[in-house]
Amino acid sequence: MTSPRAPFDLLYSETEEELRSAVRSLLADRCDPASILARVETDHPHDPRTWQTLAAGIGAAGLLVPEKLGGQGASHREAAVVLEELGRAVAPVPYLTAGVLAAEILLGCDPSSDAVSALLRQVASGERLCVPAVPLTLAPGAPLPTGVRATGAGTLTGSVTSVADAAAADVLLVLADTGLYAVPATEVTLTPLVPLDLTRPLAGVTLDGAAGTRLADAATARAAVAGALLSGAGLLASEQLGLAQWCLTETVAHVRGRHQFNRPIGSFQALKHRLARLWLDVASARAAARAAADALATGAPDTPLTVAVAQAYCSGVAVRAAEECVQLHGGIGMTWEHPAHLYLKRAKADSLALGTAGHHRGLVAEFAELPAPGPHPRTPAAGPTP
Amino acid sequence: MTTADELRLHVAELLAAHPPADTPRDDFLRARFDAGLAWVHYPEGLGGLGVPRSLQALVDSALEAAGAPDNDPRRIGIGLGMAAPTILAYGTEEQKRRFLRPLWVGEEVWCQLFSEPGAGSDLAALGTRAVLDEAAGEWVVDGQKVWTSSAHTARWAILIARTDPDLPKHQGITYFLCDMHAPGVEVRPLRQITGEAEFNEVFLTGVRIPDGHRLGAVGQGWAVARTTLMNERVSIGGMRIPREGGMIAPVAATWRERPDLRTHDLHHRLLELWVEAEVARLTGERLRQQLVAGQPGPEGSGMKLTFARLNQEISALEVELLGEEGLLYEDWTMRRPEIVDFTGRDAGYRYLRAKGNSIEGGTSEILLNIVAERVLGLPAEPRDDKDLAWKDLAR
Repeated sequence: MTSPRAPFDLLYSETEEELRSAVRSLLADRCDPASILARVETDHPHDPRTWQTLAAGIGAAGLLVPEKLGGQGASHREAAVVLEELGRAVAPVPYLTAGVLAAEILLGCDPSSDAVSALLRQVASGERLCVPAVPLTLAPGAPLPTGVRATGAGTLTGSVTSVADAAAADVLLVLADTGLYAVPATEVTLTPLVPLDLTRPLAGVTLDGAAGTRLADAATARAAVAGALLSGAGLLASEQLGLAQWCLTETVAHVRGRHQFNRPIGSFQALKHRLARLWLDVASARAAARAAADALATGAPDTPLTVAVAQAYCSGVAVRAAEECVQLHGGIGMTWEHPAHLYLKRAKADSLALGTAGHHRGLVAEFAELPAPGPHPRTPAAGPTP
Repeated sequence: MTTADELRLHVAELLAAHPPADTPRDDFLRARFDAGLAWVHYPEGLGGLGVPRSLQALVDSALEAAGAPDNDPRRIGIGLGMAAPTILAYGTEEQKRRFLRPLWVGEEVWCQLFSEPGAGSDLAALGTRAVLDEAAGEWVVDGQKVWTSSAHTARWAILIARTDPDLPKHQGITYFLCDMHAPGVEVRPLRQITGEAEFNEVFLTGVRIPDGHRLGAVGQGWAVARTTLMNERVSIGGMRIPREGGMIAPVAATWRERPDLRTHDLHHRLLELWVEAEVARLTGERLRQQLVAGQPGPEGSGMKLTFARLNQEISALEVELLGEEGLLYEDWTMRRPEIVDFTGRDAGYRYLRAKGNSIEGGTSEILLNIVAERVLGLPAEPRDDKDLAWKDLAR
């Protein structure tokens, strides 16, 4: 079993709290539930103005990118705090895909190459929006997709399904059989899909002789994508935490104010106990998500296990929190007008993104050396046979 | 202000004056208390130096490294965790000087006489009576207490009793320090589902307690008891456990060593619990880091709930994992253990004993109410017992 190193730093630093307030006040101004609702059914569900301020104004797009490559030189700990706030607001901005996954893939390539460093600088400054053309469900440890091939002429052909935030992208990072390519969005055909989570739009990406710039060879590309998926899964736990925290806070406020049977419904023990349990789950999710962010930030040897633990745990907490939010709001929770459904849809979609809890438990089994039963069923000792 | 270096020097002086190898255990512990190195956050003269509690770890590890004896804190946990902080907060100077030193050294074991057969979770409903014999300056106590760990080894008890039945239940209570060797104190083992008797029933018949052994003012016992109870629950989050420490350890070990026992259903459940145990460990660690940073979080209120549930689910899985062996039990002989210890016992024992984790020290239902009301700010359920005289309550 992987042995634990010095304990993770599970608290928030002052810098992280400052970053949190900056992001939170931006989202409070620009990204309230009513404007998200108004936006998500239009043809432009993304919020480019908020993204631009977040990416360039606050510098979130380049948090993970070293200063010498044009970024903030911060760490996964700070990125996690941004994701907590984005989760709290179910903000329709492509931070997880562009700020985390794409940035990590580019950092996993050779940043001394001109093509990589030029793109990385544009990504870090928020000048160009770059997302990976991989299915949102692609998980760390799972086989990478093989649907795109490069022809001799250096053009790409194939397709990728369920690509998150592709509609907002200027550039797509395409994993092909011969390596990683940066492909301008104008070179591909996007087929918008109707997503369960309206705040993270999905599209099918078709490449039909698309011209791209090769950024890495096949082996480097695959390692870079695998590393990015690990970071993405670890940091998604923080988005799930923020989402769960919002659901808990809103639900507590609702049951304190809503009267039935001549009492606030929050005074009924059946509801109090459910909310107390949920609070406990959220407090635990915070420890798990912080541990993953800190492990990624410090490059701890047990990072894959810590990430798998955080994903296996936080996915379920976010879904449970959103489900409780809908249920305890009663009929109000079923309406389109109340934002609870946005949270439920995001939570459920997040539970599939970057690997389900079950997938991550499978990884825990591997890293913690708790193997599955062998291929042969156990020998029946003495029992009836059918 | 004592710095860490000064404290190290202080420890070195203690070790030089009382070499652990040639000093009898209790003598060394008394000297350590007198040097202010017992609980450094306590005041000078009472076993401490009035410095931050976080410095205690430094003292403990330096003494452990030097092979110094410890005071077996598990054996005297009720004294250390509950009686001592309450005596410190509410005791007279005389009481503090009389009781804290032998308590810490472990010469005098303490137990807690709070719960009663008719007053468990509704602790303030207690009916044990204490009546003042003014001529003698003594209280005369009659009643019955239950779930008393260590009563059979204890020299002293913290006791709450009703001194005015005409007042509402929280008001007419007074807090006493009760001599367990006094005439009229009878301790009977209470055998529990594990077969052993870790707890006792205590019958109090005409027990006389001098007024000088009252802690706090007459009728103020509930406030004093709350200090005790808060300290009881605080102690849980402080421990640091390694990954796969605690109850999950034997199950994981069995899983690795016994491939023949593996099934897909058990694998699924084991992984869920392994993840939850790791997350609980991290949550405890986060709480500890918050305490060290001087920003205590509310997580402490919930850790006991988590550990109770996990202990029960993990030990239940372990019995099942063992297959035919899970049908067996190590020993039903009635024993009276001095301390409760889950390690070195079989899975059946752990399964049965863990059932108590959600009952003892505040039931999970009561703790959920506390989280809901104090952490989340949810309203209390309407109650009609708060203003009624105790004697008029339904029983």
